[in-house]
Amino acid sequence: MSLRTPLARVRGLGSARDGTHHWWMQRLTAVALVPVALWFVVSVIALAGAGHDDFVAWAGNPFNATVLLILIFATFYHAQLGLQVVVEDYVHNEWVKVPVLVLIAFAAIFLGIISAVAVLKMAFAG
Amino acid sequence: MANVERPLSPHLQIYRPQLTSVLSVSHRATGIALAAGTLLLVWWLVAAAVGEDAYETAQDWIGSWIGVLALIVWSYALFYHLLNGIRHLVWDAGYGFELDVAYKSGWAVVIGSVALTVVAWLIGLIAY
Repeated sequence: MSLRTPLARVRGLGSARDGTHHWWMQRLTAVALVPVALWFVVSVIALAGAGHDDFVAWAGNPFNATVLLILIFATFYHAQLGLQVVVEDYVHNEWVKVPVLVLIAFAAIFLGIISAVAVLKMAFAG
Repeated sequence: MANVERPLSPHLQIYRPQLTSVLSVSHRATGIALAAGTLLLVWWLVAAAVGEDAYETAQDWIGSWIGVLALIVWSYALFYHLLNGIRHLVWDAGYGFELDVAYKSGWAVVIGSVALTVVAWLIGLIAY
């Protein structure tokens, strides 16, 4: 439930035009990333020296694939939100800021989807 | 608003760096470094999905001395950003703003991130 009045929504004041949602999603993805990132680090260490077959078997396993997808989604969303704040803090020329923000958003989406497709491919096609 | 060049009072040259401000900007710096590193992570993952040759090529790059160095730096950034991130979440919950607590938690982040990096790499090298 949004606490914004209709006028506030329409005006879209503030550099990001919508602050609270951004703040909350940043925290939500951060909380999700704490266990998931740790799991990933532990997994990568355990996979040190693994050959291609072993790696595909690990990534293709349903549980691992699921957590990997969560990792991918949370990481790229969190990264995009974080980079957005950095750009908004230092870039004040609107002509530069907006295209850069769009580029970052598109990059996050593209990299997220291609990573997810890679994981799904290993899960379903080996 | 027009981008008019106005004189600014010096800040970075004047204000003494403190643990709080240094850790704060480091949190931002590690975040940016981690974001850049995800590109290589994507490459590795996609290479594994593409096939054995692509995967081996990626593994060779990662195994090179520059790859290992980059990985060590990236893993340190990860542990630092993770621990300081938790510190931020505790602040978001409303705790830990007292100066002495902020300093203690700050040092815990610095020491913890170095420790985690060392431990992770030791285990990785032993396992390998």
